Amino acid sequence: MPGAANGVFEMPKVTYLNAQEGIKSWLLTGDHKRIAILYLISISIFFALGGVFASLIRIELLTPGPELDAEMYNRAFTAHGIVMVFMFLIPAIPAVLGNFLLPIMIGARDLAFPKVNLLSWYLYMIGGLLTLSAMLMGGVDTGWTFYTPYSTTYSQSYVFLTGLGIFIMGFSSITTGLNFVITTHKMRAPGMTWSRLPLFVWSQYATSLVMLLGTPVIAITVVLLAAERVFGVGIFNPNLGGDPVLFQHLFWFYSHPAVYIMILPAMGVISELIAAFSRRRVFGYSFVAFSSLAIAIFGFLVWGHHLFVSGQSAYAGIIFSLLSFIVAIPSAVKVFNWTTTLYKGSISYETPMLYALAFIGLFAIGGLTGLFCAALGLDVHITDTYFIIAHFHYVMVGSTVIAYLGGIHYWWPKMTGRGYPEFWGKLSAMLIYVGFNLTFFPQFILGYLGMPRRYHVYPPEYQVLNILSTAGASVLAIGFLMPVFYLLWSLKYGPIAGPNPWGAKGLEWETASPPPTFNFDATPIVTEEAYAYDAEADEAAYQSALQQGKR
Amino acid sequence: MLWELPLMPQQASTIAHKVDALYLFLWGMTAFFTLLIFALILFFAVKYKRGKVADRSNPPDTDHKLEAVWIVVPLAISLVIFGWATAIFFEQVRPPADAVEYFATGKQWMWKFQSPEGKREVNELHVPKGRNIKVTATSEDVLHDLFFPAFRTKADVLPGRYTNVWFNATKAGTYHIFCAEYCGMQHSLMIGKVIVMEPNDYERWLTSASSGTAGQTAAAGDETPAQAGERVFTQHGCQTCHQGSSGALGPALAGVPGSEVELQSGEKVKADDDYLRESILNSSAKIVKGYQAVMPNFKGQISEEDVMSLIAYIKAQK
Repeated sequence: MPGAANGVFEMPKVTYLNAQEGIKSWLLTGDHKRIAILYLISISIFFALGGVFASLIRIELLTPGPELDAEMYNRAFTAHGIVMVFMFLIPAIPAVLGNFLLPIMIGARDLAFPKVNLLSWYLYMIGGLLTLSAMLMGGVDTGWTFYTPYSTTYSQSYVFLTGLGIFIMGFSSITTGLNFVITTHKMRAPGMTWSRLPLFVWSQYATSLVMLLGTPVIAITVVLLAAERVFGVGIFNPNLGGDPVLFQHLFWFYSHPAVYIMILPAMGVISELIAAFSRRRVFGYSFVAFSSLAIAIFGFLVWGHHLFVSGQSAYAGIIFSLLSFIVAIPSAVKVFNWTTTLYKGSISYETPMLYALAFIGLFAIGGLTGLFCAALGLDVHITDTYFIIAHFHYVMVGSTVIAYLGGIHYWWPKMTGRGYPEFWGKLSAMLIYVGFNLTFFPQFILGYLGMPRRYHVYPPEYQVLNILSTAGASVLAIGFLMPVFYLLWSLKYGPIAGPNPWGAKGLEWETASPPPTFNFDATPIVTEEAYAYDAEADEAAYQSALQQGKR
Repeated sequence: MLWELPLMPQQASTIAHKVDALYLFLWGMTAFFTLLIFALILFFAVKYKRGKVADRSNPPDTDHKLEAVWIVVPLAISLVIFGWATAIFFEQVRPPADAVEYFATGKQWMWKFQSPEGKREVNELHVPKGRNIKVTATSEDVLHDLFFPAFRTKADVLPGRYTNVWFNATKAGTYHIFCAEYCGMQHSLMIGKVIVMEPNDYERWLTSASSGTAGQTAAAGDETPAQAGERVFTQHGCQTCHQGSSGALGPALAGVPGSEVELQSGEKVKADDDYLRESILNSSAKIVKGYQAVMPNFKGQISEEDVMSLIAYIKAQK
C-alpha cells in the first residue's frame, strides 16, 4: 500500500465508526456503512459455519466407506448448501460491499431508506437464526434444493423451520434490492450521469432488479411447500394429485437467477479492481455495463436447464439449452474486456489485483464448463454428478468468493482506515488459488467418471480423485483462515491508510478513510467519466519518484 | 487400484463415444480460451508492469470491431455446440422403435427390474449385448434417477408417471447403476449393476438362473410381463367390463395403446403408458366418450409392478 507505509497520514478524528458510541448506537443505526459492518460480521460467522460443514463433507469423502453415518452426512451437505447459498453468497457482496459503497460511489449521503436498510439486516438475522436453530435441533436432510415429494412427505427433518428462515431472509434480499434501485435512480450526485456510474454500481443495479423480481417466487414456492408438508394440500406430491416437476420449475425460476445475484456483483468488483491496478479505464465500458443487464434479463429465461433429465419435455429442453448458450455470451464479453483493459496499463500487483487476476482465470473455467452443462447430450451424462459440483464451485467460490475477498482487501483501508500486511495478503491469495484448484478440478473428472453428487459412500475407483480434493480443501481452509488473523490484527496495528492508499479514482477515494457519517463534507460534483485514469502520466510520476528515491 | 488415476469412464454403449467426443471437444475449447486469456494476461502483466518502460500512449477506450468479434465468434461456437449436443440428445431420448422393453421400479432404496422374458431382479439387471433396450421406469415413493455411466445416459424416475432410458450395450461386462437423484437417507446405497452378456450367454442365463428373486411370490416366477398382466387382469375381474363386445360397460382394450382416444369432453388424448396407468389407478380422471364413470379406482390396490404388467398385457392384445 504505497502511501500508507510512509506514516504521513493521521486517523480522522470523527468517523462513522466513532461518531456514536455503544452497542445500541450500532443496533439502531441507519448509517449504511455501519449496517454494512453488521452484515460483514454476521456473514463472516455464517461463512465459517458453512466451512465447517464443508470440512465434514471432505472428511467423509476421503475414503469410500462411511465415516459419518448417512443421516449425518445428508444433513451436513444440506446445511453446507443452505448456509453458503442463502446466508453467505446471496447477501455477501451486495449487503457488505454494496451497502458500504453504493451511496458513496454515487456521491449520496446514505441509501434512500436507511431504516428499511436496517430492517433488511434484522430480517436476515431473524431468518438466519431460525435456519440455524433448525440445524441445532437436528437439521434438514433434503439438500438445499428441497425437491418434492421427498421434502413435503418423506423427510423426517426440520423442513418447515428451515423454509421459514429462508422465506424471511428472502425479504431481506427484496428490501436491499429495492433500496439500491431507488437510490441509484434518485440520489446520484450532480454530474453523476448513468454513463459515469462505476461498473460496480451498474452490476449492483442489475443484481437488485433480479432480487426484486426473482425473490418473491422463492417465497411463494416455500409457502406452497409448507402448505403441502403441513396441511397436506396436494401441489407437488402425485399421490395427492400434484406434480413433483412443478416444484423444480418454481424452485429454479428463482434459484437460477439467484446464481446471477451471486455472480453479477462479483463482476462489478472485478471491474473496479482491474481498472484501479492497471490505471486504465475499463475497456468497452458500455459493453460491460449493458452485459450486466443482459445477464440479468436472460438469466430469467434459462431455469429449465436444471431439468433436462427431470421428465420435462425434450422440446422445452432444447429451448432452454439454446437460451443457456446465449446467456454465456455477455459473460464472455466481460472477460475479454477485462483482459484488454490491461493493454497499455501501468499494472501493479497488490493483494486485490492478485484476486482479480485469479478471478478472470477461474471464472473463464467456470463459465466454459457451464457450456458442458448447457449442451443437452452431454448434460444427460454429467447432471447430478460431481461435474456439476465442480462447475458451480468454480463460479460460486472461484469467482464470487474470490471477488468478495478481493473487494474486502481493496476497500478494507476505506472501511477501517488501516492497511494490512501485503505479504500475508498475497500469501493467502495464492494459497486460496492453489487450494481451490486442487479441491475442485479433480471433481470435473470424478463427475465425468460417473460419481453422483450427494453420495456419502462411493465405489473405490473414485478414491484417488477424492483424496486430491480433500487435500486441496485443507490448503483452501488455511488460505481462508489467514485473513481472519491479519485483518483483525490490522484494526489495531495496521498502517494508517489515508484517503486514497491505492491512488485510485472514484468518489469513495475522495473522502476520508474511514468516511464521516454522511460520507462527504459537501456534496461532490462529478465532472469526469468513471475511471478517468491516465496510465502514461501515472507511470511517468512513478518513474520520477523512483528516480528521486534512488538519488 | 488405489493409485490408479482414471480419466475417462468405460465406453459400453453405442452412444458413449459420441458423448465422449463432444466432451473432449469442449475440453479442447475450454483449454484454448483459458490459455488464450492466461497468455494475454501474462503478456500484458509483464509488458505493462508498473515501473517498466513501455509505450502507453493513446490507450484505446473501446473498439466496436473488437467487441463485435468477441460477441460473434463465441456465439457461433456456441451454436455449433448447441446443434451437436442436441443431435446427441435426440438419440438419447428417443428409443428406437424396435427396442425391447424392460421395466424398472425404484423405491427407497432399491431398484427392481423385470425383463421382457419375465425375469425379476433386484439391483441387478442382466441384458444382452447388441440389442436396443428400453427401460421403462417409475417410482413407488420419491424421485429417483436411473443412471448408467458406462452408457452415458440417465433419466429421472418419478412417482405417478413413466419415464424411460434406452441403450444398446456394445461390450460384455459389469457396469454401475447409480441412483442420481437424491432420495433420502440411503441414497448412496441405491446402486446396482448392469450385467451385459453375449446373446448366447444371456439365453443360457435366462433358462438356468433360479427363477425369481427373494421376496417375489412363487406365481410371479418366470411369467412374462404380459402373462403376469393377464393374471392380474383376471384376478381383479377386469374382463367383466372390458370384454370387448359392444354394449359392455367398459371399452374394448385391444388396439387402444398408442391410439388417439376421444373423451367425454370431446378432447382427444394419446393413449400412451401414462394414460393407461392413470386410467387404471384413477379411472375417473379421463372417461372415454360413450362410457360412464363406473370403474372403481385401483389406486393403492395394485402395485406399480402389476400396473406395468397390466399395460404389457393390454399392449399384447391384438
